[in-house]
Amino acid sequence: MDDFYRDYILEHYRNPHNFGKLDAPTATAEQTNPLCGDRIRMDLLVGDDGLVADVRFSGKGCAISQASASMLTDEIRGKTLEEVARLGKDVILENVGIGISPTRMKCAMLGLRVLKSAAIGSIASWPDEDA
Amino acid sequence: MIETRTFNGTTLRKDFPILAQPTSRGKRLVYLDSAATSQKPQAVIDTLDRYYREYNANIHRGVYEIAARATDAYEHARATVATFLGVHSRDVVFTRNATEAINLVAYSWGNRNIGSGDVVLISELEHHSNLVPWLRLCERKGATLRYIPVDANGRLLLDDLDERLRGVKLVAVTHVSNTLGTINPVEEIIRRAHAVGAFVLIDGAQAVPHLAVNIAELDADFYAFSGHKMLGPTGIGALIATHAILEEMDPFLYGGDMIGTVGYHSVSFNDVPYKFEAGTASIADAIGLGTAIDYLTALGMDAVAAHERDLSAYALTRLAELEPRGLAIYGPRDPATMCGAISFNFADVHAHDLASILDTQGICIRAGHHCTMPLMEKMGWSATARASFYVYNDHDDIDALIDGLKTAATIFKV
Repeated sequence: MDDFYRDYILEHYRNPHNFGKLDAPTATAEQTNPLCGDRIRMDLLVGDDGLVADVRFSGKGCAISQASASMLTDEIRGKTLEEVARLGKDVILENVGIGISPTRMKCAMLGLRVLKSAAIGSIASWPDEDA
Repeated sequence: MIETRTFNGTTLRKDFPILAQPTSRGKRLVYLDSAATSQKPQAVIDTLDRYYREYNANIHRGVYEIAARATDAYEHARATVATFLGVHSRDVVFTRNATEAINLVAYSWGNRNIGSGDVVLISELEHHSNLVPWLRLCERKGATLRYIPVDANGRLLLDDLDERLRGVKLVAVTHVSNTLGTINPVEEIIRRAHAVGAFVLIDGAQAVPHLAVNIAELDADFYAFSGHKMLGPTGIGALIATHAILEEMDPFLYGGDMIGTVGYHSVSFNDVPYKFEAGTASIADAIGLGTAIDYLTALGMDAVAAHERDLSAYALTRLAELEPRGLAIYGPRDPATMCGAISFNFADVHAHDLASILDTQGICIRAGHHCTMPLMEKMGWSATARASFYVYNDHDDIDALIDGLKTAATIFKV
């Protein structure tokens, strides 16, 4: 787990990308991880072409939840909401690079869950629990 | 008669098998999360083992030898709880834990005694277990839930208590804060509440394991605690209440063992406390709780409290060394008015990240909201790290915590 806190994780934690809120998001969702109280909000702006034109996230929590959300937002522009809704846990596991302990998996998945919830307009399941 | 033992944390460690087991990374287990649940001494584990091996049988029914032995052991455990807390056996109702004990009061007593326009007074320090049952009761009944405020150091503000007690039917407060370790002046709260005719429930989940508590002297109407935080098994706790109140209260759960006679269209109920113990009890766990109390009694609760004051004082001193690097300590910071737990944060390292890094070094702490979300919100903390102590901890454990925090600081470059 010490290995997890690599420089790029800490860099995203301290200087998150796409942090903030959109004035008029097309889709938005906000959820907390009841385990630890970490909170993330995701705002999406979808253009007339049906593609995500902009994304912002806000919230507070541990390095794992904030860094994984930050990295996720870098990959969303240009996708349709359907594509966002279909994202699986692999996108997170590839981003964060190294094994996350089971007790911290929910932290890593929170941003993705909120993003998928925004895309489908209702509460998405936990990506790590999807079959 | 239980023989007294003089002790320190180091000498007691050998009584707890789990503390001798290295972690998967080969580290010594440094257990600093006893406010969540305590570890169990071999004596308690042996009691559970002996019950299942030698005399497992249902209680209050069987006429055969092992059933009689199980019944005797279960009732002996009730008597042990009663003696330990200065009350009569018949006023000890076994429950699963403090949460169930508080819910029992909220339903059985609350449904009958709290009505529209009544006021229930609790504090801003409460664990969810002594908040949500009252929130729901007040919603069900159209009653008002009022709060005793807490200051920035986690102390209850009692100056306006008499004002706040106006119209109050029930006061429910925690004896010791699970988040900050604050010992609340419950004697004063009980006295002032009784002066205006209010009933008082004390949540003793964090007090009974750490302090000498005499419920009769406290004069609490209801007192709830859990066995698993005081060296006992999970699944057993108790509600202690004034006998006359228990007599008048409706049962909580209905079923076997709590009845007098049953017809197809009628029922009468068993005596107190049995009318509150429906179904087969956690027999082994109750007997195990009795063993845990014997263990604590041998140490002496005054000695246990003194040991924890020493640990708190040492931990506060060592944690203060890290303040220049951004460590923030919450709560009273006074070993005399706190017990068992210290909450803190370290620079911009989130409590969960601290807990994960400490975990790799074999150190168990709690991180998060500690089931006190409204308190965290009020204080403006999204999460805190909490180290909590018990009889088997020593200065080495605190030194390990400090070393672990320094490692976290290195990893996070603070």
